[in-house]
Amino acid sequence: MNTTALIMMVITQGLVIAITGYFFYRVLTTPPKQEPDSYSENDDVEERQEE
Amino acid sequence: MTQKVEAWGTRVGLILAMAGNAVGLGNFLRFPVQAVQNGGGAFMIPYLICFLLMGIPLLFIEWSSGRYGGKFGNHSTPYILDTMAKGRVWKYIGVFGIFTNIAVVSYYVYIESWAFSYVYHSIIGTFQGLNQGQVAAFFNSYVDVRHSLTGIPYEAVVFYVLVLGLNTYVLSKGIKGVEKVAKIGMPLLILFGVILAIRGLTLGTSGASDLFPNANAWDGLNFLWTPQFDSLTNPKVWLAAAGQIFFTLSVGMGTIHCYAAYVRSKDDIALNAVSAGFMNEFVEVVLGSMIVIPIAAGYLGLDWVLENAGFGMAFQTMPYLFQQFGTVLAAFAGVLWFGLLFFAGITSSLAMGTPWVSFLKDEFNWSNSKGAWSFGLLTLLVGLPTVYFYQQGVFDEYDYWAGTVSLVVFALLETILFSWIFGINKGWREINYGADIKVPLIYKFIIKYITPLLLLFVFVGALFTPQGNDWIANINSLFSGNGWALDNASIIKQLTQAGLKEQLALTTDPLIIEQLNDKMFFANLARMILLTLFIFIGLMVYFAFLKRRKEGRATL
Repeated sequence: MNTTALIMMVITQGLVIAITGYFFYRVLTTPPKQEPDSYSENDDVEERQEE
Repeated sequence: MTQKVEAWGTRVGLILAMAGNAVGLGNFLRFPVQAVQNGGGAFMIPYLICFLLMGIPLLFIEWSSGRYGGKFGNHSTPYILDTMAKGRVWKYIGVFGIFTNIAVVSYYVYIESWAFSYVYHSIIGTFQGLNQGQVAAFFNSYVDVRHSLTGIPYEAVVFYVLVLGLNTYVLSKGIKGVEKVAKIGMPLLILFGVILAIRGLTLGTSGASDLFPNANAWDGLNFLWTPQFDSLTNPKVWLAAAGQIFFTLSVGMGTIHCYAAYVRSKDDIALNAVSAGFMNEFVEVVLGSMIVIPIAAGYLGLDWVLENAGFGMAFQTMPYLFQQFGTVLAAFAGVLWFGLLFFAGITSSLAMGTPWVSFLKDEFNWSNSKGAWSFGLLTLLVGLPTVYFYQQGVFDEYDYWAGTVSLVVFALLETILFSWIFGINKGWREINYGADIKVPLIYKFIIKYITPLLLLFVFVGALFTPQGNDWIANINSLFSGNGWALDNASIIKQLTQAGLKEQLALTTDPLIIEQLNDKMFFANLARMILLTLFIFIGLMVYFAFLKRRKEGRATL
């Protein structure tokens, strides 16, 4: 590959991978809202119930 | 209203389902071809700018409109739009959000069934020992439903019905079923894509042969990624980039609204929207660019790719290229490639089925199962002509009117509704309510002014596509008083079938005249089917309105 193409590819793909990774990290680490929320799988988790 | 409120199982499940909706065959087939046809590396800059200025704003608009409509128990665009503005017309504009899905899924499932069938053929070794021409001929015979290649009568129809049945079954399980498929399908798709991308990245010159001694995978990557900044001033490249962003994100369809309508109003949509959007970009920009083009350039050379780049490469060329890996690896690569296309397809087709099922559930209290089977039946009725008359152009006609024009029209109207009628201040509050990220304030300005203008640019560009798609020459011609010559690909010329009429006027061969007349007949037939479908869904919305009025729930 020529250098400019390689730089362009690495920068573009690197940016896309980094931003995608960052947003997924945020999704996975943001604490869920108190129940009732939109997601049913944790409906019965005690500490998530509204007081 | 609704029998029981459905909900997504997990947040990751919702994002995977949304990403699965967006990730489709176009990520692997349309994107690299668009890039090749629009100056390679030059395409990437307008593409990414359009993603930020049109793609992300449209995702915000559709997610927040969907969640807003969901608050009132509406899960499909006719009544989501109805809750956002006064006036009876909006629910009929919302018909686009069901019509497009049924029309597109009817032929999309056909492509999905090709992928499914090609997985089977890769495993049983159908392509072993075939040369490039024979592999391409196999596809042409496959879509000619009267001929059987494997002893299965009407094989293309059988696989179509089978795949449609599978979609119907999953839809009958409600959004939980859709979520399960996304949770399995998306990780597998990425895994398959990564394996094939590594092959594309490492092939180099090892695929060169006596027939193609200059074949080099790096040439394909060079062409895709070498920036050519002079192309940035060409409107054609910008239109192609905007069009690709539009189709890759599955915006303007009504599917995002439907999925988002199952999100409660206090839950985040802003972070979810960008996560799903960027996941689609990862699949497209990272994986989509490293499979078809480099592998094809690695075995057939860049010149061949530039001449032949097109949708057909997936089914007419890739099986032949995989044969160069050796018997066992060819079967393995075939399963990965067509399995990847199948998963990309089914996660999108399920999304397209959901608005119809949700509409019947909301308005007529139908169960998931009843709604799903009615979807299967309706899709079969609309889709069978694309299977039987694929070679006569019914498929292309559906793709043009439902899969292209309809999306742009709906996206333009919904953006105007959101920014100017519902109001950007109210809209901005909706986007930010419960948000887990801070959306930059500049997006308020972009959504109100830039995105509608860009969409208008895309629509007008399609309506008045200049001859030869040469914008610069036509703009010069217009300013020098020589007028604006329309291309036969423009919406106006397509509407009047000008291209076919021109061909008819130029030929005297009775056989070609008969073929062209047939093509015109089938194009008209396809249009009639689409129009009937639109009117049918419009009538369903009208009946729902009458029912709501009787129950005192209708809005004015």
